[in-house]
Amino acid sequence: MGHIIALAIKEFLALFRDKRSRMVIIGPPIMQLIVFGFAATYDLNHVPIAIYNQDRGQVSRDLISKFDGSPNFKIIQKISHDDEVSPLINNRDALLVVTIGPNFTANLLKGEKASLQVVFDGRNSNTAMIAMNYLQTILLDFNHAWLKKQGKRGQKVTLEIRNWHNENLRSQWFIIPGIVGLLTLVVTLLVTALSVAREREAGTFDQLLVTPLRPYEILIGKAIPGIVIGLFEASLIILLAVLFFDIPLRGNLGALYLGLILFILSAAGVGLMISSIAVTQQQAILGAFMFLVPAVILSGFSTPIANMPEVLQYLTLLDPLRYFLIIVRGVFLEGDSYGVLFNQYWPMSIIGLISLSFAGWLFRHRMY
Amino acid sequence: MRYSNHPAKMRLFGLIRKETWQIIRDPSSIAIAFIMPLVLLLLFGYGVSLDAKHIPIGIVIEQPDLTTESLAGSFERSEFFKPIQFMAIQSAQQALDERKIEGIVWLRTNFTRQLLAGQEAPISILINGVDSNQANITRGYIQGTWLSWLSKYAEIQGHELPMPISLEQRIWFNPALSSRLFLVPGLIAIIMTLIGSLLTAMVVAREWERGTMEALMVTPLRMSEMLAGKLIPYFILGMGGMFFSVAIAVWQFNVPLLGSFWLLTLSSALFMLVALMIGLLISIVSKNQFVAGQIALLVTFLPAFILSGFLFDINSMPQPIQLLTHLVPARYFVAILQTLFLAGDIWPVILSNLAALFIMLIFFFAIVWHKSYKRLD
Repeated sequence: MGHIIALAIKEFLALFRDKRSRMVIIGPPIMQLIVFGFAATYDLNHVPIAIYNQDRGQVSRDLISKFDGSPNFKIIQKISHDDEVSPLINNRDALLVVTIGPNFTANLLKGEKASLQVVFDGRNSNTAMIAMNYLQTILLDFNHAWLKKQGKRGQKVTLEIRNWHNENLRSQWFIIPGIVGLLTLVVTLLVTALSVAREREAGTFDQLLVTPLRPYEILIGKAIPGIVIGLFEASLIILLAVLFFDIPLRGNLGALYLGLILFILSAAGVGLMISSIAVTQQQAILGAFMFLVPAVILSGFSTPIANMPEVLQYLTLLDPLRYFLIIVRGVFLEGDSYGVLFNQYWPMSIIGLISLSFAGWLFRHRMY
Repeated sequence: MRYSNHPAKMRLFGLIRKETWQIIRDPSSIAIAFIMPLVLLLLFGYGVSLDAKHIPIGIVIEQPDLTTESLAGSFERSEFFKPIQFMAIQSAQQALDERKIEGIVWLRTNFTRQLLAGQEAPISILINGVDSNQANITRGYIQGTWLSWLSKYAEIQGHELPMPISLEQRIWFNPALSSRLFLVPGLIAIIMTLIGSLLTAMVVAREWERGTMEALMVTPLRMSEMLAGKLIPYFILGMGGMFFSVAIAVWQFNVPLLGSFWLLTLSSALFMLVALMIGLLISIVSKNQFVAGQIALLVTFLPAFILSGFLFDINSMPQPIQLLTHLVPARYFVAILQTLFLAGDIWPVILSNLAALFIMLIFFFAIVWHKSYKRLD
């Protein structure tokens, strides 16, 4: 036990002695949380739109005021000529241009149908699709109100939509718990991935192997700094998520931390495995990177796993972040506890167990 | 081997040769230049998709009849949904809690009765809002399915759908709204950021760490030669990665390249130089591989991913963050790429973004130049 603690202390010293490494471990994750917490949003606010109103009537003006009043749209220009539409879209000045025909109000007052022509910039398909949904909703409400005002019956079959767990569909509620997982993975992985490679490059790892320390003791000693730092950063981010970003923490904190510990163990295992395979620090960082990028993409952090092709969906099963994201989002938003999350705990335990044992085996069997 | 009798040229070629051998001999550099773009493009191209199809939803019909059957049928025929029938709302809600379904369409007992009596007949929709973007998309599809059922129902009833204002929409550049078409071009910017900044930062930081940089400095090499010697091999490597990525985008993912190829090459070259300068700067500042790797990750990769407009819409970010995105070179390159691929040579977009990249290049070049001289003192 004394051995392990001594090694762990030495590892901490190696990390924190250098001012710059101290800084990159503590500062950046917090900055990332703040910047990405605000930036990583799929919500559309103030989407620039342009309006080409050929109609002189009241109804079109009422409709335009609905667009104006929506927080999702911002009217940047009112145009008066057909030729102005395409430069606005092409140059990305406006995401969409709404054209209202000359007889819009007249047609409606006569009880005929009128239409709204909208041109979207489809370059960012997701933005276009969400903007389309917003527009559709504004129009449905307007139609409903118009029919009521005319004394006609509106739509009899209506939709009553309620969103569970995230009532106002705020992106931040989805992304920020995800960032807890993302940053914890990055920090733990980088700290552990370099720990063995640094000594291999300096030649001191062989010395470590001939000390009375057993391989599992080296393994634990090397893993401890990553685990401690990971836990610390994760707790800090969880705290900021709750206090600074006001994300509701509805579930069981113990269930979250059980998941967090298993997640960090598996991340440390993967990091140590990469570190024992690598000969140089450069290879270790690249190896960590080659794991990190796919692990983030396949985790469901930014896009749903269900949208992936089936082969990739199977591949996601190897990704510890995948399980932890379900846990962290489940505990934060859905109020989950131990029972519901059982199916997320055991795969991470297996990943952690296998990667840690493999790393320990590599200590002795990969020598230069 | 003699390249030339001119000493300056000889020095430069000598250094380039050394750098090139260093790249070729270290398998990790080759991995970063060729395997990484391939893996990343395939992973992103197939893995990052915002196009939801066959969304599992629960349908609860408390009193089945012809009307409710036709409504359920619309959901079954839609390619966006994979409906599962539940007998009671409780079991559907449990499935929603267990994440087996994304949403519930709930027709209560008196739905048809209210409808036939001419009253309002609401359909209750419950959506799991945890993934807000997915929930928004699901909501849009449900609305669309509902609208098309309404007009069909009205037709059967022999009257027109009371819908005074209808929407006629046209989507330019990406009519099918396939997310792959906009993600794959943006991805090229991410990959080039990785090759340019991360690789350069790591490699040069290693020279500082090992002290070989000081050894280089006492040679007759001039500063300009040293910078050029470092940059040229990585520039070629990065451009190779770029052409490779474009080929995969066009032939594997069928992304149309509507703009001109030479403009793509020109803007890529400019972006590559900016990325290389940032990589060099990171290595000069950090002089240590661990720190260089961390900083490169922090100031190049993650901003390119999140702040470039590659995935998240810049216009929707808070004002201070929008200002911050102007410091991310990938932002300009992503705009150029998305436009060049999907819309063509639209000069106002291309020129303004090229100008921004050019200013960044000069800015970073000046800093690198300044910092390198200081090291020689």
